[in-house]
Amino acid sequence: MFHYNATNLPLQGAPGSLGRPAKGAAKKPPPRRRRVTLYGLTFSLPLLAWQLLFFLAPLAFLVALSFWTVRNFQMRPDFDLVNWATVYSNPVFWQTYLRTLVLAVGAAALTSLLAFPCAYAIAFKLSEGARRWATFLMVIPFFTSYLVRVYSWQIFLSDHGIINALLGRVGLGPVPMLNNTFGTMVGYLTLAFPLVVLLQLFSLVFVDRRLIEAAHNMGARRLRTILEVVVPSARVGLVIAALFCFILTFGDFVSPLYLGGGNPPTLSIMITDTTKAGQQWPRAAVIALTMIATLLAAAFGAVGYAYKGRAR
Amino acid sequence: MTTHLVPKGISLASRRGFLRGAAALGGAALATPFLSRRAFAEPTELTMLAWYGHAEPDVVAEFEAENNVRFVPKYYTGGDNMLALISQSPPGTFDVILSDAEYVQQLNAMGYIEPLDPADYAFDEFFPEFQQFPGHWVDGQLYSVITRFGFLGVAYNTDALTEAEASTYDVFWDERLKGKLGHFDWHLPNYGEMSLLAGNASPYDIDAAAWAAVQDRTMTLRPNVGGFFDYGGTFSSLESGEMLAFAGIGDWITGVLERNGAKVRSVIPEQGGLQWTESFSIGKGSAKADLAKAWIQYITSAKGQVKSATMAAYPAMVPNQKGWELLGQAAPEEARRQNMVLGQSNAMDLIRSGRIQYRQLPIQQSLEEWADAWSAYKGN
Repeated sequence: MFHYNATNLPLQGAPGSLGRPAKGAAKKPPPRRRRVTLYGLTFSLPLLAWQLLFFLAPLAFLVALSFWTVRNFQMRPDFDLVNWATVYSNPVFWQTYLRTLVLAVGAAALTSLLAFPCAYAIAFKLSEGARRWATFLMVIPFFTSYLVRVYSWQIFLSDHGIINALLGRVGLGPVPMLNNTFGTMVGYLTLAFPLVVLLQLFSLVFVDRRLIEAAHNMGARRLRTILEVVVPSARVGLVIAALFCFILTFGDFVSPLYLGGGNPPTLSIMITDTTKAGQQWPRAAVIALTMIATLLAAAFGAVGYAYKGRAR
Repeated sequence: MTTHLVPKGISLASRRGFLRGAAALGGAALATPFLSRRAFAEPTELTMLAWYGHAEPDVVAEFEAENNVRFVPKYYTGGDNMLALISQSPPGTFDVILSDAEYVQQLNAMGYIEPLDPADYAFDEFFPEFQQFPGHWVDGQLYSVITRFGFLGVAYNTDALTEAEASTYDVFWDERLKGKLGHFDWHLPNYGEMSLLAGNASPYDIDAAAWAAVQDRTMTLRPNVGGFFDYGGTFSSLESGEMLAFAGIGDWITGVLERNGAKVRSVIPEQGGLQWTESFSIGKGSAKADLAKAWIQYITSAKGQVKSATMAAYPAMVPNQKGWELLGQAAPEEARRQNMVLGQSNAMDLIRSGRIQYRQLPIQQSLEEWADAWSAYKGN
């Protein structure tokens, strides 16, 4: 009985390759020393400057801010651990952290699952022209404000909204869809779905069609081909798409507030609450840094998983 | 071969004439701003730190026209936000500061506002209750002038609840309101109302045991809560009928919706209501203190009080009796709706009968303690 999977087959992106070379078949050439040239610096410096200016410098300030103190609504430069101790000893913070994490992971999983059939259909079932149109349609939502799109969902989701009115006609409802987790999830999908479809799509279109043909030739049914050939081949894109969804939803403020009713709150709402209550920006900085650390851990973990076992 | 640079039919003489004319026209056009500036002086900019609506045309247009002033507003949401904005700005940034009355003491203690001369303002026209408003005077020195106020109680959807049902804070626990009770997302009015329900005569001056009891009682309300809303969310959730009752608000929200035909109202429950109060001060270091004073004089005069009472953003009652008289003539329906009609039972009777308590900062606990309790309540 044979067993096949994507890694048995020729490597993706290397048409004509006959698979991995046998061990010891060819010696690796000695690594070339990379020389720093003016040409290379010219192109890499703007990125470095950008990162320093707009990521590392604010991050350093945020770290410093987390040690400041507040007296009479005024922040004072200080080095005091009180903010870290206060936030981390607060059980409400950990409950909110866990809730936000679960919501974001759930949103990433749900969005990926819903987006995949859409991206798959666009990648494999549509003609070249129709694919271009479908891609364009996925970009269109970015033309309008996310806040406006979320607000407009209220018209659909409220008890007296369009969906419940339709349900009412067939004797159902009203179904509570606003100011709860369902509402928040709808908002998260609104935010991330088009992007996840696009990222999945860009990954799927580069899947080597010969792998799929080979799987079919070997008698694999469609679902098995998708699960054991297409998904592993597009793993990097699929994981990165889910990661982007997680990043966007973990820090989102709009959906939990305007569709979830802030009930219960997420970390982003907790940050605004903290700043509103007594000008506690340093405590808000602690929450924000915890969120950043979580996102970095998630990003490194996801990227590590995505490229695990792949030739680079 | 001759190249004709000048179109045929236009002589050199006429071209010079044309150029001269164009130069004169251009010069005149360029000089126009300077000429017009001389003829019509640029309006003086007056910066105002306030809740949304106070520097909108329906309120300030007349004063701006009369005094050649242009307001530059900076709007905030909540007293803490206001203090944060001031503390982050250099002295003199804000000429006029509108604050909730409970924050005036803090503004004064931090040196953010100028002392005022009471003789400059029409206190003799004010109801006696507002002539020496608590916290606005320190050792006989005036620092802020009350400009408007309103009551907080139970806001309700008139299709869902009757006025009698809404006339107690206990209605918040009603089964029909499960998931339909909204909170205005600010601890002070919500805990103040819960403190009134607990029978505390001074809702913000409570000891540790009473404060714990207020928190415990409030926590039992959590299953009924449908959401915690900011200013915009409160409006939309009440208007859409998504929330059928609201804690922590009053006519300042429902009045706007009611004027637009929504089926919502506010009522002062049997346990009593809270009063929010807004006052104007002059920012410390203002270079335009005289204009700022003129504005406070205007908005607390009878004419200005009518504008304040009928402000488009959110209505309010006003402390000037002559303002009530003028409102009765100018907008009798609004005067009736807001219970501001002289010579009959009116809003002042509620204050005089002791049913209304001023919203304050907590006295025996820190503001932070109340804020943390509110966060815990929300996160539960």
